[in-house]
Formats: sequence, structure tokens, C-alpha cells
Amino acid sequence: MKIIVCIKQVPEVSEVKINPVTNTLVREGVPSIINPFDTYAIEEGVRLREKYGGSVIILTMGPPQAETALRQAVEAGADEMILLSDRAFAGSDTLATSFALSSAIRKIGDYDLVLCGKQAMDGDTGQVGPGIAEFLDLPLITYVKKIEELEPGKRIRVETMTDDGYDILESPLPAVLTVVKEINIPRLPSLRTKMKAKSARVTVWKADDVAAPAGKIGLEGSPTAVWKIFIPKPRSGGQILNGTTAEVADQLYNHLKERHLV
Amino acid sequence: MDYGLTEQQLMIKELARKVSKEKILPVRAELDEKEEFPYEPMKALAEADLFGIYLPEPYGGFGGGALDLCVAVEEISRVCGGVAVSFAANALGAYPILLFGDEEQKRKYLPDIAAGRKFCAFGLTEPNVGSDAAAVATTAKRDGEYYILNGSKQWITNGGVAGTLTILATVNKARGARGLTAFIVEAGTPGFTLGKKEKKLGIRCSDTRVLYFDNCRIPAANRLGREGDGFRIAMATFDKARPGIGAQAVGIAQGAFEEAVKFAKTREQFGQKVSSFQAIQHMLADMATQIEASRLLVYQAAREVDRDSKEASKVSAMAKLYASDTAMKVTVDALQVCGGSGYMREYPVEKMMRDAKITQIYEGTNQIQRSIIALCVIRESANWK
Repeated sequence: MKIIVCIKQVPEVSEVKINPVTNTLVREGVPSIINPFDTYAIEEGVRLREKYGGSVIILTMGPPQAETALRQAVEAGADEMILLSDRAFAGSDTLATSFALSSAIRKIGDYDLVLCGKQAMDGDTGQVGPGIAEFLDLPLITYVKKIEELEPGKRIRVETMTDDGYDILESPLPAVLTVVKEINIPRLPSLRTKMKAKSARVTVWKADDVAAPAGKIGLEGSPTAVWKIFIPKPRSGGQILNGTTAEVADQLYNHLKERHLV
Repeated sequence: MDYGLTEQQLMIKELARKVSKEKILPVRAELDEKEEFPYEPMKALAEADLFGIYLPEPYGGFGGGALDLCVAVEEISRVCGGVAVSFAANALGAYPILLFGDEEQKRKYLPDIAAGRKFCAFGLTEPNVGSDAAAVATTAKRDGEYYILNGSKQWITNGGVAGTLTILATVNKARGARGLTAFIVEAGTPGFTLGKKEKKLGIRCSDTRVLYFDNCRIPAANRLGREGDGFRIAMATFDKARPGIGAQAVGIAQGAFEEAVKFAKTREQFGQKVSSFQAIQHMLADMATQIEASRLLVYQAAREVDRDSKEASKVSAMAKLYASDTAMKVTVDALQVCGGSGYMREYPVEKMMRDAKITQIYEGTNQIQRSIIALCVIRESANWK
């Protein structure tokens, strides 16, 4: 199996300060780590490789220092490292980031699965995983807490976490999965993996290498701006429709028709 | 400070520190309280590839030496001396095989030890045999293609969990030290049974056992070296492993010292931090200095041992002696700095003091170490110009 895991290097949040003038994070001098949710994605990728064979490719978009995060991923068991790094990517919002990463994934090609962490600890949007799936036109399953069955090249069956329990979902492969921390306990590095990480070479791609046009990346390709950050109130009530896609579509149409919405 | 450690040694240090913090620190108090063997921490150390760091690559190791082992043991000891000795005792049991085993024995036993799949133990001590190693009473009688072992061993670290044990027995009591012979015994061999597990003052999670050999039949192919090589094998093994105990002592001392500093910086009396009192400051200064001196002596001893230098025995005895005496002094003083809190089991320092004591006793008491050093020094003086 060729498994791609997308990670992000983030500042170690407990030490972060806010610049009072620009209202942004002060990143200089703050130690950087792999986004914690991504460590679960890496571990799951490594477990799948141990079970089905193949390789785990770690992909990240970031400044040159993001290489340390890639090496930490190899220490955690991954095989290859790809760094998407270019001044042109600076200032990217989640749309531009998803576009850039999906371009890189397209260039890697011939993959079976894309794994991402649920969300990044600094941005907290949780949008890049879904964004990648959209750009690549792949099925997306979010908040995966357990992979129940996997037939390489064919299908995957997973347990996903919901507000009040869990769902079982199935999807053809390849697909994009975002994972939650309940999925596994990431392993510690070993002497073997540390030595591998020390000597392994990082592949660096620029915007041109992945055919990412200027208008779709970086600040220019970022139509969104963060306006407000708050914790949403949990929703309750509503109605769950069950059945095949066709059955559910019929039920939904009838509900909408009853309410004179169609 | 730059101790001149290699890249591999620095990686080992970082790994051992990480595993100790995440997998040993959270359970050390409970393992000590319940006197339970640290299976999970040992598994974590094995998964980090640390069991094989001093073993050659053809047997699944990393080709490092005593210094690599010391660096790992020191970091583990900083968190728990009990887990550290459970880890380090494997080397004590493996060194005889590594140094004196033939190719077949090495290929049969070392890979499992390197991977942490089977634990290892060294069986010399008996009820009547402590410092007087030559007086071993466990007998080994040749019977065709076998030897038959009879006797008992006492206080064997990892005795109850080891899959592979190196046992010293005599083929001829009348020959004293020259009758001693080393054998590899596998757990589960008929005639080999486990006796009681000891209740100890410290390193309580370490498995310390009585072993019984009752007409225990082992293949003659399991003999290490020749008959009568046993004493030499034991002494060579101790020379190699002694820096490791020194490292255990340095680590325990370091852990206790750090607790003392942390405490002194937070505790306030008479309107000021306890760390601002000169009495406390001088104690901390002495502790820091002695630990540093011990560490340098241990690292140098490990280097001498790896070089097989002529001074290896002497320096390795010095390192064990000095580091263990330091560990005892530092842990007692660290407890003192922490005052009443240091006496409470809720704080980690009293365990460190209880763990430190054994380092002055096992693998050659500090009295024996002094005798070794004196004999080396007197012998060397013949070459002084």
C-alpha cells in the first residue's frame, strides 16, 4: 500500500505569545512540534504498512524548518519525506493549503490512502483534510476512530466518532481519512528509526514542481480571513435518515416536499 | 557539557530519556510499592532497540560498547533505579556469552537478548558465597554429553524472569577458583526451579531470586569456555559491567539532585525561598560537583573497558566505588534538602535513597573494589620511573 500522511508543523502551544500589534502568534524562538493529531495519523499509517506492506510517505507544506517535523515522523516509523516549500505558499489559508497539498498528492500518484489529523492545533479549522478530498475528488471520512476492515485497492470500513457515539462507514479506495486521538497510541522512536531519520533524504518540491499556479496558492489564493474563533454549542434533536443512498435521497425529498421546500 | 559522546550515544541518551519519562516515570512509584517486575517499561525499552546497544550487529545489536550501555542506564536510573538494574542485569548475564561463548552459542542466545525477547541473568552468588567468589558450592558433574548441576543460588537479579542464565558452578571443589566453570542454563530446564522472591529495601521492582538446581541436566555444549575458566569469566564480566553500575549510581544521584533543586526553588520559609540559604546552596554545590566527578569517572572507565586497556579493571572499580558512594551521599542530602516532604513516600526522593544503597554492595562490594584498586595500584607502581 502507498499511504500518504499529511502533517503540519505547529508551535508548541503552551509557550506561545501573541504579538500585541499584529494580533498574530509570535513564532520566533518557540519550539516546533508535529501537530498532535497528525501523530495519530502517522501511527495509523505505520500500522497499516506493517499489516499490508508498502510505504508511508509524509507530506507537509511549510518553511524549510518543517523538515524537522518530517524527520520526527520518520523517527515515528514513516518511510519517505516530501516537503512542499516555496515563498509562493506563504500566507496560505486552508483553501490554498488544500490546493497545494492535493497538487503534491496528485504528483505522487498511484496512492491507496491519504491520512490526516482531525485538525491543526494552531488553526483549529479542521478544513484541510476535507479540502484535499474535494480537490482530488476522493471520498472523505472524518473523525475516524478505528479502521475495521481494509481491502487494499478496494474498500475500507471504519468507525467514526460522533457527538453521542459512533457510526460505521464504508468507502471505496483510494479515500481521504481524518483521524481522532482515540484511534491509537503513537509509538516512541527507536534507535533504528532515529538512525533512519538522521540519514534519510528529504524531497523538496516548489510550486512549479507540483504545477500549482500563482493565483491558487499563497496569500493570493486565500480568499478567507479569520473573523472570529469560538466554541460552537453542541446541537441536539434533528432526525437521522437511514438506508442506501437512493433510499435516503427519497426520504429526504419527501421531507422537503412536505415542508414545501421543493 | 560536551562529554565527547558519539552521535549514536547521543541518540541512545535521548531515546532512553524519552522512554523513561513517558513509560517509566508514571509507574515507578506503583511498581516500587507493589514490588512488581516492570514488564511494560522493559517492553518499551526493547521497542526502542535499547537492549542490543552493546551487542555486535551480527547478533541483532548496534555494535556499541560499555559507554553506550552506561549512557542508557544513566538516563533510566535518573527516573528509576529498579527498572535500570532490571535492564542492566541483562548485560551482566550476556557478557559471559559475548566474551567467551563460541559462535554457535552466540548465535543461539544473543539475538533474543538483543531484541529484549528473552531476559538474562547472572548467577554467581550463593548463601555462603558473596565476596568470596571462588568458594562456589554449586557443583557441575560431567555425565557423557551433559553436565548435572546441583546447588542453589541466592539474590539473583532477574532470576525469575530470565529465559537465559549464566550460572557459575564448580567441577572440582578441591581446585577452588580453578574449578569454577560457567554454563548457560535455559529457564524451564528440568531440575532448575525458582525459589523465593526477596523483599528488599530498594530497587523493589527488580526481581531478586533464589534459584535451585536439583540434578539439573544441561547439554555439555552449554559450557562457556573450558572447565576451570569460570573465575576468569566472572572477573572479566564484572570488569565490563562495573561501569554500568557506576552509571546507575550517577543516574540515581542526578535524579535525586534535580528533585532537591526543584524543591528548594519552590519551598519558602522565613519569607524567602529555601534555595537562597547558604546552607542549602552549599549542599547543592557539593552534590552537583560529586555527581559530575562521578559521571566523568564512569564515562572514562567505560572507554577504558571498550579499549580493553590495561587500566580497565582499576578505573572501572574506581568508577563503581566513587559513583555509588556519591549516590548514597547525594540521595541522603537530597532528602535532607526536601526536609519533611523528602521523608514522605508521596515524594520520589526517599525511594531514590533506598535504591542508591545497593549500588555500594552488589557487583562487588565497595570494600572489594578498594582491594582491587589497591592491588592494581601496587602492581603498577613497579613500573613507575
